[in-house]
Amino acid sequence: MCLAVPMKVISIDDDHATCVIGDVEREVRLSLLPEVHIGEYVIVHAGYAIQILDEEEAQETLQLFADFQEDIGEMG
Amino acid sequence: MRNDTILLEHGSGGRASRRLVEELLVPYLKNQVLERLDDHAEIEIEGTRLAFTTDSFVVDPIFFPGGDIGKLAVNGTVNDLAMGGAKPLFLSAGLILEEGLPIADLERIMHSMAEATKKAQVHIVTGDTKVVAHGAADKIFINTTGVGLIPKGVALSGHRGEVGDRVLISGPIGEHGIAVMAQRSDLDFVASCKSDTAPLADLVAQMLYAYQGIHSLRDPTRGGLAATLNELAVQSGVRIEVEESAIPITESVEGACELLGLDPLHLANEGVLVALVPAEGASLVLDAMRNHPLGHKAQIIGEVCSKKLPAVILRTQIGGKRVLAVPTGVQLPRIC
Amino acid sequence: MRFLREFRDPQAAEVLVRRIRKVADSLGEISFMEVCGTHTMSIYRYGIHHLLPPNIRILSGPGCPVCVTPNAFLDRAIALARLPGVTIATFGDMMRVPGSTSSLEREQARGCDIRVVYSPIDALRIAAQEQHRRLVFLGVGFETTAPALAATLLEARRTKVKNFSILSAAKVIPPAMQALLKDGPLRLSGFLCPGHVSTVIGSRPYEPLVNEHGIPCVIAGFEPLDILYGFLMLLEQVSEHRAEVEIAYRRAVRPEGNPKAKRVLKEVFIECDAQWRGIGRIEGSGLALPSTLEAHDAFLIEVEVEPTYEVPGCICGLVLSGQRTPFECDLFAKECTPETPQGACMVSAEGTCAAAYCYGRIEEE
Repeated sequence: MCLAVPMKVISIDDDHATCVIGDVEREVRLSLLPEVHIGEYVIVHAGYAIQILDEEEAQETLQLFADFQEDIGEMG
Repeated sequence: MRNDTILLEHGSGGRASRRLVEELLVPYLKNQVLERLDDHAEIEIEGTRLAFTTDSFVVDPIFFPGGDIGKLAVNGTVNDLAMGGAKPLFLSAGLILEEGLPIADLERIMHSMAEATKKAQVHIVTGDTKVVAHGAADKIFINTTGVGLIPKGVALSGHRGEVGDRVLISGPIGEHGIAVMAQRSDLDFVASCKSDTAPLADLVAQMLYAYQGIHSLRDPTRGGLAATLNELAVQSGVRIEVEESAIPITESVEGACELLGLDPLHLANEGVLVALVPAEGASLVLDAMRNHPLGHKAQIIGEVCSKKLPAVILRTQIGGKRVLAVPTGVQLPRIC
Repeated sequence: MRFLREFRDPQAAEVLVRRIRKVADSLGEISFMEVCGTHTMSIYRYGIHHLLPPNIRILSGPGCPVCVTPNAFLDRAIALARLPGVTIATFGDMMRVPGSTSSLEREQARGCDIRVVYSPIDALRIAAQEQHRRLVFLGVGFETTAPALAATLLEARRTKVKNFSILSAAKVIPPAMQALLKDGPLRLSGFLCPGHVSTVIGSRPYEPLVNEHGIPCVIAGFEPLDILYGFLMLLEQVSEHRAEVEIAYRRAVRPEGNPKAKRVLKEVFIECDAQWRGIGRIEGSGLALPSTLEAHDAFLIEVEVEPTYEVPGCICGLVLSGQRTPFECDLFAKECTPETPQGACMVSAEGTCAAAYCYGRIEEE
């Protein structure tokens, strides 16, 4: 019940936005979020943005995985 | 719930379609040629081998990026013949027109069919036209039947898959399926992909020229790559393993599938073919494909690995394994 | 495809799997339950069962809103579809679900006006464009979807689209998770909590599971690395004898969730008791429309609904509550297949039984 995808916001008109994933564009409603900016990534479910994707957290999580890789390397 | 009526599912190319054909239709019409259930029939008349096939086109919408129902009707039948290794020669075209269809649309489609026959180097030599009352058909239905010549020494069939054969694909999947879906207003998304509808006979000729021992060719139309690989697995009685990360796919199709929750392996293709090629010929065939405009993104995506219970196994992007099942029903967008 | 591809990296997956095996090695039999159809699907789609060590059992809970919706709802939707002048708009997930005697797909084949949409906003647009039709949107989903339903209703009211209504089957998941633990013989080592539901509700609603039942909870995303990382965090909790609510899906889930979405939910929906197929009635687990929105409540449309009938022999209830796997059902893969489904778990694309049938039956050499 959770199918939602990260999409990039490419234009905003009040609470309507055009968002893109790959090269697929779709109109998305922003009425469930306080303020969204062009260029941000949002999590989109059933045509609504339900959260702004926190890019810093995303990078931190990926860095964590990279650190795991190094640990394994060290353990031999 | 028992089925007492035909459902859309029966035409989707998946499990229900296959059961309808195998359990209801074929038993009435039994003969050896039909029971092979390849996309084409191979018949021999006084020493000459012919490929013979028929296909009906009911796509909605009738115009879509990359083509229309007319172009599809020509290429679809040409390709079924080509999958038998035949040189496609002659087509018939039967039109069923709904009362109220704009003549301008019909002209556009006929123009398209003319272009497609020129490109595929075939001729429509006979045809038929019927008109039905408004509501009795959806704008236009087209049936094309085709005949082609199978050269000596060519023996392609879904039954010929052998352990060790490599699985090759000529190009990216799902383009036609997404292009058509994007035209539907109730889904309201924009994708740049166009239908990949194209005549594949020339590509096939190049592949056979490079290596005559190709075992099977199939074009994954409705039901997608998943349906086609399963058909080949069952016909040949083998287990096929495919590498998910090797399957070519464009950003457009991938994005649409992520957005709508679709499986690209279940989407229709109209200009792609799958080949089962003995290991010794695989790189020759792959090179021939890549040198052809319709095959420049060709890849080796898997292997026929055993003669056990027919199945198709997918090795996933992250190294896991799962069954690649025959699709059930029409592909619908989902939220779960 | 940013923020998707990176979370499918095979090398990182291998590393996570090795770490998982290392932690799991010293532990006994472990059972984790996921309660989200999208997790069920993702786990099967990426072949994750195959990668985990044999002492970890993954159970699927009542996370498929389609599967847990009882026949009575479908029967009512079908009855409405048969009324003249009514257009049903629905997510694709509902089309093939069997009601007592029919399905939306069957009714569409018989000529009823039933349309599949991606968003309730598309349904609202259809209603506005076809004002002579009465448009009923089937509001199935959990807290990921409920705010979208709510926001669309507010827009319908604001733009005066009077012919738009919702038949709500919306539910909330934490009470169901609690209900599973209350009476069932379920012995769980942890819950993999639904990432996008949590995007809306945050992490607090899972605290009773930790405080009252001592069950570790990790909120996980849906890409394969997210799921593996979620399991790793759960294993670490088990190994360290901790029971906490942790967020593995930090790029999309904040502890407070999405406050605006929560406000919209509160503005539109009222809490009610709801019937969950296989589990029964769960207090406070449903979302219904209040009297202030009666103009848009499709439950108030007068229609005769046939008596409900459920298939005997189907153990969907036990499967949905994680007490049995599909493979333990007598009907599975025999009478009950995706083409001839006997229960909702098989019909829904991300139902536990459908996923097991389509992806899980690898006969190893």
